[in-house]
Amino acid sequence: MTAASHPDWLESLRRAARAKADAAGLPSRRDEAWKYTDVAGLGVASFALAEKPQGGPPEAVPLGDAIRLVLVNGSLVASPDTPLPAGVVVDRLDSGFSADLVQAHLGRTIPPDAKSLATLNSALFADGVVLRIGAGVTVARPIEVLSLGQAGEEPLAFHPRCLVVVEEGGSATLIERHQGSGTYFSNSVLEIALASGAALRHYKLQDEAAQAVHVATLGVSLAAGAHYDGVLVQTGARLARHEVHAALDGLEASFALDGAYLGAGQQHLDTTTFVTHVGPGGASRQVFKGVLDDQARGVFQGTVLVQRGAQKTDAHQLSKALLLSPQAEMDGKPELEIYADDVKCGHGCTIGDIDETALFYLRARGIDEATARHLLIEAFLAEVLERIEAEPVRQAFAAVVGERLQGAHATRRIDDHRQG
Amino acid sequence: MSDGMEQVRSLADQKYKYGFVTDIEADVAPKGLNEDIIRFISAKKGEPEWLLEWRLKAYKLWLSEAEPSWAKLRHPAIDYQDAYYYSAPKKKTDGPKSLDEVDPKLLETYEKLGVPLHERAALAGVAVDAVFDSVSVATTYKGKLEELGIIFTSMSDAVKKHPELVRKYLGSVVPYSDNYFATLNSAVFTDGSFVYVPPGVRCPMELSTYFRMNAEKTGQFERTLIIADKGSYVSYLEGCTAPMRDENQLHAAVVELVALDEAEIKYSTVQNWYPGDEQGRGGIYNFVTKRGACRGRASRISWTQVETGSAITWKYPSCILQGDDSQGEFYSVAITNNFQQADTGTKMIHIGRNTRSRIISKGISAGHADNTYRGLVRVLPKAEGARNHTQCDSLLIGDRCGAHTTPYIESRNSSARIEHEATTSKISEEQLFYARQRGLSEEEAVSLIVNGFCRDVLQHLPMEFAVEAQKLVAISLEGSVG
Amino acid sequence: MLEIRNLHASVDGREILKGIDLTVPAGEVHAVMGPNGSGKSTLSYVLAGRDGYQVTAGSVTYKGQDLLAMKTEERARQGVFLAFQYPVEIPGVTGVNFLKTAVNAVRRSRGESELDAMQFLKLARKKAKELGVSEEMLRRAVNTGFSGGEKKRYEALQMALLEPSFMILDETDSGLDIDALKVVAEAVDAFRNPQRAMLVITHYQRILDYIVPDKVHVLAGGRIVQTGGKDLALELERTGYAQFVGQAA
Repeated sequence: MTAASHPDWLESLRRAARAKADAAGLPSRRDEAWKYTDVAGLGVASFALAEKPQGGPPEAVPLGDAIRLVLVNGSLVASPDTPLPAGVVVDRLDSGFSADLVQAHLGRTIPPDAKSLATLNSALFADGVVLRIGAGVTVARPIEVLSLGQAGEEPLAFHPRCLVVVEEGGSATLIERHQGSGTYFSNSVLEIALASGAALRHYKLQDEAAQAVHVATLGVSLAAGAHYDGVLVQTGARLARHEVHAALDGLEASFALDGAYLGAGQQHLDTTTFVTHVGPGGASRQVFKGVLDDQARGVFQGTVLVQRGAQKTDAHQLSKALLLSPQAEMDGKPELEIYADDVKCGHGCTIGDIDETALFYLRARGIDEATARHLLIEAFLAEVLERIEAEPVRQAFAAVVGERLQGAHATRRIDDHRQG
Repeated sequence: MSDGMEQVRSLADQKYKYGFVTDIEADVAPKGLNEDIIRFISAKKGEPEWLLEWRLKAYKLWLSEAEPSWAKLRHPAIDYQDAYYYSAPKKKTDGPKSLDEVDPKLLETYEKLGVPLHERAALAGVAVDAVFDSVSVATTYKGKLEELGIIFTSMSDAVKKHPELVRKYLGSVVPYSDNYFATLNSAVFTDGSFVYVPPGVRCPMELSTYFRMNAEKTGQFERTLIIADKGSYVSYLEGCTAPMRDENQLHAAVVELVALDEAEIKYSTVQNWYPGDEQGRGGIYNFVTKRGACRGRASRISWTQVETGSAITWKYPSCILQGDDSQGEFYSVAITNNFQQADTGTKMIHIGRNTRSRIISKGISAGHADNTYRGLVRVLPKAEGARNHTQCDSLLIGDRCGAHTTPYIESRNSSARIEHEATTSKISEEQLFYARQRGLSEEEAVSLIVNGFCRDVLQHLPMEFAVEAQKLVAISLEGSVG
Repeated sequence: MLEIRNLHASVDGREILKGIDLTVPAGEVHAVMGPNGSGKSTLSYVLAGRDGYQVTAGSVTYKGQDLLAMKTEERARQGVFLAFQYPVEIPGVTGVNFLKTAVNAVRRSRGESELDAMQFLKLARKKAKELGVSEEMLRRAVNTGFSGGEKKRYEALQMALLEPSFMILDETDSGLDIDALKVVAEAVDAFRNPQRAMLVITHYQRILDYIVPDKVHVLAGGRIVQTGGKDLALELERTGYAQFVGQAA
C-alpha cells in the first residue's frame, strides 16, 4: 500500500471540495442546521492536519470473527487478512481497480451543502476505503472498521472516509468503532449505497477520547426493496455530532435507525437526521434515547421529508431524553415535511426525569434509590441495544454503556451522600 | 378519487361570503410610508408627544430591518410604498357619540357580516368593538361595562382617556423592536381595542372586536392591548373579514395581553380574511404578532384560533409564563385550501416555577396549499416542575398539498417534563364509506370527519362562536375533495 | 325486493364475484354462507356501493330501481343498510352528532321533516335503551374505543334509527360471545316484517338460530353453488365447506 498520488478525477473532486469548504468556512450557530451545536467554538479550525502515522498497526482486539480494517488518524494501517469471503472487495478509494465503482458512488449520498463538514472531509481525507458486497452475496462475518485517534501534545485533525456499496440482493453487517487518546478532531464520512433488495446492518460505537471532537456524516441511499438497519451508540467525545442523510429512493425501501447516547461532565452529544422518502411504500423508523448527567447537553434534530408521490409511506420517529442533573440540558427539533396524502407519519419527543412512579415502585420493593435509578436507566437504554443482532457486538457495546453508567451511578451516590 | 368526490368538487364553489365592498366616503392619507404619514396619523388621533416619538423610533428601526425569511412561505415582495396607511370612514361629527350617529351604511355592513352593532340585537351578551379599515366605529355595551369599572374602548380613545395605563403597558409585551412586522405596526398602527379589567372583576360578557378591511390598497395595522388586573377574568373574541380584491392587502396587527396575579384571559380568534381565489390571486397577507404575559402568580392565558382565511398567515400567539404556577394554552385549527399558505404555531416560554402549558394544533391542508405548524417550548433553568404537553395533528386532503411540523423543544431544567407528539393522516376511505352508507353525502361526511378532527380545539371556543366556526370549517373545504 | 342477476365484480382487477343470481322477496330473510375468501364481504360491499369494488357485468334491481346506478348514500337513503363486520372508528365525531346527521339525511330524502336536537335525543335515548346502548356510548366518538360487542349493538341501534327496508348483515356474529350475539340477533330479528327483507352473510350457522332464514345460499368461488331451506345451514355445520371449495374452482 504505497501512498500513490490520487487519480485525476479524484484530485479534481477534492480540489472543488477544497475551494467550496474554504469559501464557506465552518458551520456556525447562525446556520439553522447547527443552531444547537457550536463546532467552530472548540478551535478545531486550528488543529493541525494529521500526517500518516509511523510504525505498525496498534494492538486491538477485533469483535468476534469480524473482518477488520484499522484506520489511525484517518490513514489505513491494517487491511483484513486475505482471502476475503467470495464476493467481498476491500480497496482504497484511489486504487485503479475500483475506480468505476467509486466514481459512480462517491459523494452521491450526501447533499452538496457548501458548509457541510462532509465537504471538508472530501477535500482533506487521507486514505479512503471502499467496501463492495457483490450481487446476491450474503456475508456471514461482520466487517469492522476501527478508527483510532492518536494525538500527543498537539491537537490533530483527520478525516476518515469510507464508501460501502452493496449490490443487488447482497447482505452484510458493518461495525464501526471510534476510539482514541488525546485531543483531536475526527471528521468522518461514511457513504452507503444499497442497490435493490440489498440489506445492511450497521452498528456504530462512538467512544472517542474525552477531549476529542467527533463529527460524522452518514449518507445512505436505498433502491427498491433495500433495507438499512442501524444502531448508533454514543458515549465518548467532548463534542459529537452524528448527522444522517438517508434517501429512500426506490419502491418499498426500509430504513431503521435506533440510537442511544450517554452524556456526562461537559459532553455535548448531537444526533441530526434527514430522512427523505422519494419512492412509494417506504418505511422509516427512528428511536433515540439519551441520558444526560452533570452539565451534559443533548441535541436531537430529525427531519422526515415525504416527497410528492411517496404514497403509502410509513414514517415514525421517537426521541426520549432523561435529564439526571439540574444542569443538564436537552434541545429537540423533530420535523415533518409532508407532500403526499396517503401516508402515516408521526413523531414523538419527550424530555424529563426518571419516571417517579416506577422509581417509587422499585423502592417500595426494598431497592435503594441509586440502584433503582441505575436499573431504570439501564432498562431505558436496553431497548436500543437489544436491536443489535450480532451477539458479540451487542455485548461489547453494552459493556461500554455499562461502564459509563457505573461512572454516573458512582457520581450520583456521592452527590446523594453530600446532600444527605 | 371516486365519482362522488368528483361531484363534490363540481359543487358550486361557494364564493367567499364576505367579499362585498361598502361604498362609503373615506378620509384617506396619501399613499406611501414616510415620517410625514406617521405624523399625520398621530395628529389625526390627537396623540401625545411620547406616542409620536415612540412611533418614529419604531419607524427608524424598521427602515434598517429586512423582512424575516425563516417561515415556510413564498410571496412576491411587498411594496410598502404602494399602500395607504390610513383610511377612515368620513364622519359627520368628530366621532359617533352613540350608535345613532354611526353612518347607516356602516351599520348595514356589519349586519351583513352577522355582527349587528345595535345593543338590542341578537348577539346578546357580547360587547362588540368594530374596526372598519383603520378606525374603531362603535363600541357597544360601553355603559354596562363601565358600571363594573371595565374599560372596553378603542385604542385611540384609551390613549386620550387612560394615558397612564396605555403608557405603562403598550409595548411591554411586544416591544417596538420585536420583529419586522411588529415594528412596522408600532410605527403606523391606527386603531384597535383596549381592555382593562379591574382587580377581582369577572367580565360578565364576551368582549368582541370585529375587524373589517374595506378600502382598496389599504393596510390594516390594529393594535390591541388587554390588561387583566389581579384576580380578574375576561374572554375576548376577534373576528375578521375583507372584500374580495385581486391584489394582496397587508394586515400586520399586534396584540398584547397582560395577566396579573390569578387573572385569566381567554382570547379567541376566528380569522376569515379573504383567502384569494381558486388560482391564488388576491387575498390578505396576515403577518400578526400576538403575545401574552402571564406576569402574575397563578395567572392564565389561553389562545384559541380558527384560521381559515388569508392568502398568507404568519402568526404565533405566545405565552411568557413568568409568574409561578401560571398556565399558557394554545388551541389552533388552521385550514388552508387552494393556494393558501399558513405558517402558524406558538411559543411557550417557561420562566416561573410549576408553570404549565398545553398546545393542541390541528392543521388541515387541501388543494395546492401548504400548512406549517411552527412552535417553541422553552424551559428556563428556574422553571422547576414545569410541564408541557403538545399535540400536533395534520390532515391532508388530496396529493398536491403539503403539511409540515417544525417544533423547537428546549429544556434546561431536569424536573421539567415535556411531551410532544405529532401525526399526519388523511381521511380514510373506510370512514367516508361508513358515513355515506348511513346516508350522508360525501361533502357532509368530509365536513363531519374534519370537524371531529378539530373537536379538541373547537370545544375551547365560546359557545356563541363554536357553531359559526364549525360552519366555517365546512365552507373552507368546499371544492377540496377530488 | 332485491334481484341480483349474473353479478360479476372485481377488486384491483381480480374477479371475486363470478356470476351471482339471487332474489330476495319482501318479507324474507336469506342467509348467504360460505368459506373464507368465497366473496361474501365483496357481495355486501358491492350492494352498498363501496369504491374500488367494480361491477364488470350483471345487474341488481332494488324495489324496481337500478341499485348499481345509485351513489352509496343514495342507496342508504333508499333503505339499504349494511351492518359492517368491522365498524370503523371515527375519532372526534360524537355518536349523537353522527346519528342525527344520518337520520335527518334519510328523513329528508323521504320527504319527512328533520328532527331537531331535542326530538332526536329523545328518540335516540329510547332506542338506545332498548338495545342496551348506554348514554355514555352515545356521547363518545363513533365506534371509538368500543368493544366488539358494543360496536355490533351500535350497528343495531343505527338500524333501528334509520328504519331501512333492506338489511345486509355482514358477519355480524364475528367477535361476539354467545350472550352478546343473542342480544344483537334478537334485536335484528324483531325488525322482521312483511315489508322488509334481509341478507344475513355468515360463516357459521349459530346466528341463524336467532334469525331463522327462509332460504340458505352457499357461496363458493364467487358463485351461489347451492340453495336450500334452513336445514342446509345445519348440514353445513356438520359437513363443512370442503365439498364446495373444489367444486367452485
